[in-house]
Amino acid sequence: MTARERIAGNVAGYVDDRTGAAKWMKKNLTKVFPDHWSFLLGEICLYSFIILLASGTFLTFWFDPSMKEVVYDGAYEPLKGLEMSAAYASTLDISFEVRGGLLMRQIHHWAALIFMVGIVVHLLRVYFTGAFRKPREFNWIIGVGLLTLGIVEGFLGYSLPDDLLSGTGIRIAEAIIQALPVVGSYLAFFAFGGAFPGDAFIPRIYTVHVLLLPGIFLALITVHLMLVWYQKHTQFPGPGRTEKNVVGYPLMPVYMAKAGGFFFIVFGVTAFLGAVASINPIWLYGPYTPGQISAGSQPDWYMGWLDGLVRMSPPLETHAFGYTISWNILIPGLILPGIMFTLLALYPFIESWATGDKREHHLLDRPRNAPNRTALGAMALTFTIVSLLNGGNDIIATTFDLTINQMMWFSRIGVIVLPPIAFVITKRICLSLQRADRELVLHGRETGRLVRLPHGEFVEVHEPISPEKAWTLTSHEQLAPLELPEFDGAGVRRPGAIKNKIRNRISRANAVAVPKATETERKELEGHH
Amino acid sequence: MSKEIEAIKDPGLPAHVHRRSDIDEKYARRAENQVAILFLLSALGTILLIVSYIFIPDDIFVFIPLMGEQNIHQLLLGLGMAIALFCIGAGLIHWAKTLMPDEEVIAERHEFRSNDEDRAAFVKTVKSGAGAAGLGRRPLIKRTLGLALGLSGLTPLLLLRDLGPLPKDELEKTSWKKGTRLVTDPGDRPIKASDLEVGAVAQTLPELPAGEDHRSLNDIAKDAVLLIRLRPEDFNLDDERLSWTHEGIIAFSKICSHMGCAVALYEQQTKHLLCPCHQSTFDVTRAAKVIFGPAARPLPQLAITVDEEGYLIAQAPFNEPVGPSFWERSS
Repeated sequence: MTARERIAGNVAGYVDDRTGAAKWMKKNLTKVFPDHWSFLLGEICLYSFIILLASGTFLTFWFDPSMKEVVYDGAYEPLKGLEMSAAYASTLDISFEVRGGLLMRQIHHWAALIFMVGIVVHLLRVYFTGAFRKPREFNWIIGVGLLTLGIVEGFLGYSLPDDLLSGTGIRIAEAIIQALPVVGSYLAFFAFGGAFPGDAFIPRIYTVHVLLLPGIFLALITVHLMLVWYQKHTQFPGPGRTEKNVVGYPLMPVYMAKAGGFFFIVFGVTAFLGAVASINPIWLYGPYTPGQISAGSQPDWYMGWLDGLVRMSPPLETHAFGYTISWNILIPGLILPGIMFTLLALYPFIESWATGDKREHHLLDRPRNAPNRTALGAMALTFTIVSLLNGGNDIIATTFDLTINQMMWFSRIGVIVLPPIAFVITKRICLSLQRADRELVLHGRETGRLVRLPHGEFVEVHEPISPEKAWTLTSHEQLAPLELPEFDGAGVRRPGAIKNKIRNRISRANAVAVPKATETERKELEGHH
Repeated sequence: MSKEIEAIKDPGLPAHVHRRSDIDEKYARRAENQVAILFLLSALGTILLIVSYIFIPDDIFVFIPLMGEQNIHQLLLGLGMAIALFCIGAGLIHWAKTLMPDEEVIAERHEFRSNDEDRAAFVKTVKSGAGAAGLGRRPLIKRTLGLALGLSGLTPLLLLRDLGPLPKDELEKTSWKKGTRLVTDPGDRPIKASDLEVGAVAQTLPELPAGEDHRSLNDIAKDAVLLIRLRPEDFNLDDERLSWTHEGIIAFSKICSHMGCAVALYEQQTKHLLCPCHQSTFDVTRAAKVIFGPAARPLPQLAITVDEEGYLIAQAPFNEPVGPSFWERSS
């Protein structure tokens, strides 16, 4: 035994004597994780969260979350002598007088954007591969919670510097609160400590941004990861992979090195962006004052779709009995997003209700093999993308020489018409891909080699695919549609008959599929050749 | 079924293919060197960071193609950090991929569901626990506990009450009164009709009361007014609204009736005001009627005239609340 091994043994022994951790550690250090690039998306979120904690802590050392008015007398000449809030002035100081301050600000902002992109793309991966199915519904809901909180946290974060752009964002948030029926103006006055903008809002959201929400994030992320750990990761179908096993690499040492390395890569890329790509140059916007604004006011991208919905809303307001309801704010700003996030959170339950599938799933679906789910996802994505585009309608209009009216009408019509079209097209593409899979399994790969037969006919030579590939393309199961009876044995309508009818219909639509190739068919075809 | 359909079979995990570095020590050595080079590059990155932090002044700007003027201190600091971090990551991953074992292993999964016995025991424990507490048999305790918990839940709500004052009529009122002079923003100079040419726009605020020299943002958020001068014949207004203008000068609240942004874009040709936030468009000739976008109400118009010295003044306060809608708003 070398000296090093002895020391390692002693340390392990010391820890085990006091915690009894040896058994648990032995099992978990060799825990197996399946390998796939798309499983790294969630890791990106985790790492950018850590970067956010570190860079954010740095920023708090100099940031002064106060709306007290000060006269600026710092290093940035163009704003000297201007009245501004202490929050804005201290953000200027971080940018121009603290060495590395601007870099940290930019890293923090880039990390926030990457965090949100990571969450959304990770969500799409989980959705389109069906990774949310039993037993992972809790983790799906936690994920939707993290997405929602991330949007709020990001908004609060870019609002803190109190510059002209973010102040305008706060003004819009205030208008949304104020639009709530009955309690709106009261809530707005409570939130802002009086009339807008007041002097309480920045210090209040600072506490929420640096303490309350990060604490909730930390708790939710911990549970999210513990569940992944405990339930073991899902895996893509392939040779040797079943619902009963996990095929991959052990945590120690391969995954520790890979995951640890990936953290440094994410951090390195964020630092690179912070170094070379200017983001949120608040000194160009100037301090916030409610009487001014700059053209092309845009929120960060994850708020863009909400802003786009507000922009495309028709001018609807109800005035009755001396009261006002602003549908033009409530519908796009609260009701539609509320419905969307609720449907998103409930989706695993909706799907399992519609398919009647209550079994555990650890093998992922290839998106084409769940055409309805994939098409629904494409539909939701189309809705969000049209909204997001409309959130930048002014920029798009000026860039591409369109009028704002053309952009707005495109979005107003597109947001209703395009999603169903996306559904139909996606479903057809999925079925075509299933057909292509079937062809591939039965007839093999096209080699591009033409052969002339003795009687003059030209044929292309097909090469059979490997048994591994054939298995990967056919290992999914094709569920038969539910057939819940409408009448019981005695011919009496069963309770819940209408509900059952709906379930039957959805389930029939779900079961539409190109029959997958079988060994029997392959053998028959071989016989013909 | 007449014929059994045979599905395609799982051929099982493919045989492990060795990497070059597994069989040939030469390649393994090469990979080791590559990893070491990456770690050394990282060290160089940190040295770059240290050197730039200490020795490069933070006020040198250099033009870099595609990036524009860049602060060199900032740039090198960031690049040093990026190189240092990225190369550690790249080194670790290259090490894992070339030198650590790459044979896939299989671990078994176990169903999460406990066996029937455990589940039954669990249900029994819960039942007997609940029975021992006797909540079902003692409704008095249950109900009073519910009352106490429910009431105590009000405490945080109550304690948050002092977050802000009640709105009262604050959302309905501005600082504009009969006779208040319109002054330029910035500058605080009173304005004569002759100061504005046809087609001109001016951002104004109410004159501060004597002795005051500071405006709060809360006031600006309600008081900001845009002056626009057209030819009087361009207006398409009823008599009352026309009497609120002065020699072709018309005054509107600058705070958008949709969500409160500053309606700052004036298109001289079309005589439209546009809010940059959500593109609500208001027609100046028709008393800021909404002609496009999500806003549901025109911008409130301020009735103006001139005083004996010829300076523009308000004829009367705004006749409706300015800014975004709220529940108690009556029109």
